Amino acid sequence: MRTYRRTEKDGSAHVNGSPNTHAHIGMGTGARPFALVNKQGQHERLYCVNHAAEQAGLYIGMAVTQARALCRNLTLWPAAPDDDTQFLRHLRRWTQRYTPWASIDGTDGLLLDITGAAHLFGGEMMMLTDIRRRLDAMGLSCRLGLADTRGAAWALAHYHEAIAPVGETETAIEHLPVAALRLEPDMVVALQRLGLRRIADLQATARAPLARRFGPDLLAKLDQAMGFRSEPLSPDADPPYYAASMTLAEPIGLLDDLWRGLDELLSRLCVTLTNQHMGMRAMELVLRRVDKASLTLPLRLAAPMRDKDRILPLFSRQLEMVDSGFGIDQLRLRALQVEPLAMEQMGAEVVPDLNDLITRIGTRIGLNNIQRFTPHDSHWPERSFALAPATSHQGARNWGPQDWGRSPLRPTCLFPPEPIYAHHDGRREPPHEFQWRRDIFTIAKASGPERIAPEWWNSTQSLRDYWYVQTSQGRRLWIFHTPQDKGYAQGSGWFVQGEFA
Amino acid sequence: MIKSIFKEAEPPPTPFPLRLSRVHEVMGPAAYSFGLIGAQSAGLPLLWIRKAGLAPNLFPQGIAAFLPPDQILLARPADQKDSLAVAEEALKDKALKSVVLESQAPLNLREGRRLQLAAQTGGGLGLCLIRDGMGSNAAETRWICSPLYDPAPDRICQDSTLMRWECIKNKSGTIGAWHVRWDRTAHRLHMVPAPSHGTGLAHI
Repeated sequence: MRTYRRTEKDGSAHVNGSPNTHAHIGMGTGARPFALVNKQGQHERLYCVNHAAEQAGLYIGMAVTQARALCRNLTLWPAAPDDDTQFLRHLRRWTQRYTPWASIDGTDGLLLDITGAAHLFGGEMMMLTDIRRRLDAMGLSCRLGLADTRGAAWALAHYHEAIAPVGETETAIEHLPVAALRLEPDMVVALQRLGLRRIADLQATARAPLARRFGPDLLAKLDQAMGFRSEPLSPDADPPYYAASMTLAEPIGLLDDLWRGLDELLSRLCVTLTNQHMGMRAMELVLRRVDKASLTLPLRLAAPMRDKDRILPLFSRQLEMVDSGFGIDQLRLRALQVEPLAMEQMGAEVVPDLNDLITRIGTRIGLNNIQRFTPHDSHWPERSFALAPATSHQGARNWGPQDWGRSPLRPTCLFPPEPIYAHHDGRREPPHEFQWRRDIFTIAKASGPERIAPEWWNSTQSLRDYWYVQTSQGRRLWIFHTPQDKGYAQGSGWFVQGEFA
Repeated sequence: MIKSIFKEAEPPPTPFPLRLSRVHEVMGPAAYSFGLIGAQSAGLPLLWIRKAGLAPNLFPQGIAAFLPPDQILLARPADQKDSLAVAEEALKDKALKSVVLESQAPLNLREGRRLQLAAQTGGGLGLCLIRDGMGSNAAETRWICSPLYDPAPDRICQDSTLMRWECIKNKSGTIGAWHVRWDRTAHRLHMVPAPSHGTGLAHI
């Protein structure tokens, strides 16, 4: 069916928008020279230029210093190729209003197969006009080409914006330079050296020597552009969309009804997630009321999940607080953060999952307020550990007791150093009697010193001599003094930093 | 009939190890050790609830003498109400074996009772670290823990862990005082008879 239509009439439209066009918006496209810059190798180079900059003699790949020298009022902006790709993906989705067969072509183009779709817009001409008008309204500049074949459409979009009438592909593109055949730059140079500048020259040349000299690729490209060799277009699949919504004829307000609606949405979403082997970590439920106010109930999970029966109860705290007003007529559930989640063996023993509990507590106090100790590479006591959210992946790293068997004595509690009050006689041993937290202590036993030096790049702290002291009152403390601080600015120069409580 | 006689004849249960499915209270300067040892005997993981306004003061390298620090989850709620809600939620859940709540305000009977019921549902151990006189009547046992000076001469280079644990309230057993010592390498509790009472726990 499709091939038949193709022989009769095939339209291939090529939309070529300059990349980063979204970055130009608001920059006065075309009025002033503007270029995007990124780092290629060791040099900052132009990544993309607008028309005014091109007029000034700038080209893509030029060094930024050279461009500045040529063009005094040049505006530069860092390029973001990832965002461009993302934008192009959105634009591709938008072009599906014209045809279902749309795909991204290279880094800066879109390819539409408009077979059988042009008449819906009043013909090819009208369709292209419509595309151009709408893109203009969006603030995008574009170049459009339309031809029977994919290669010809590309050539027209890049070198001579036009519509090639049906069956006249050859006449439409033969006057274009050979680079319009999507060839490698060095092949283009080589062809030009031979005097083959236009596609017509190439066609007039004998094929066998060309194939011998340049390999099969050149002739393949030529044949594809002319339509002697097929080059199918495979439309990109739409990325999976992790959301579900439900619009109701009559507004609802009862909690039971909301539960039922959420249950329905969640089962739909979980089916999508299961098919894609994904789990969601964050989602939001938007409830739209009849009076157009909308309520957003966010939910973050401690671990990626796609199990409906486990997620549903986690909404209970928030759903019970919903003020439904005159009623709710639209429910929308959207996954905000999705992560790969592998399939699991079924039928295993059901163990209560700690992550469910973390999520439940997290909905009340915030997921970041549930933490775990993570080791940190430092001898300095305050820096030897860190508190990371319990949901982060790099928890639970070698805290095993085997690491601590040979570790020195450390207190259970650690607090910021608190000065102790004592008569200081300049000795290196701890004072016999001291006052700390309004209590008087006498030292019965002391062991030390254990010298801990800060890392050499931390010059604000000076090294400490730690002592483990047992007081005759019973409390066991971890105290230190700083032998390098000659001034003893703070009292005795001794501090309590921990307690073996 | 015979069964009931046997029950009568059983010695009253000792207060330590702490009864599971119950909430206990502990105060005094060695309350942290008591909490960690209690959690270690009741089972891990442990949720430690401490208000967000207070600086975190557990030191994982020191805790390692009692239990592996990666088995501790810290919850840092904003206020007392949230702390109690988190404690209740965690006690109800069977995924956690023990919950320690650092309470900054007195617990009233209703709050204490709610925690107690939550602990009965979940089957774990609940521990409230309280200040003097802030306990609730619903607590199963209440302890005062303080470190003791250890005159034994050979322990100078090691941490002595001699403590006095005094049980001042017990709903279902005896009260008393015990001297205990924690063995950091074997992760076991050694009981030393308290001088005044002369009776220790026979087996832990």
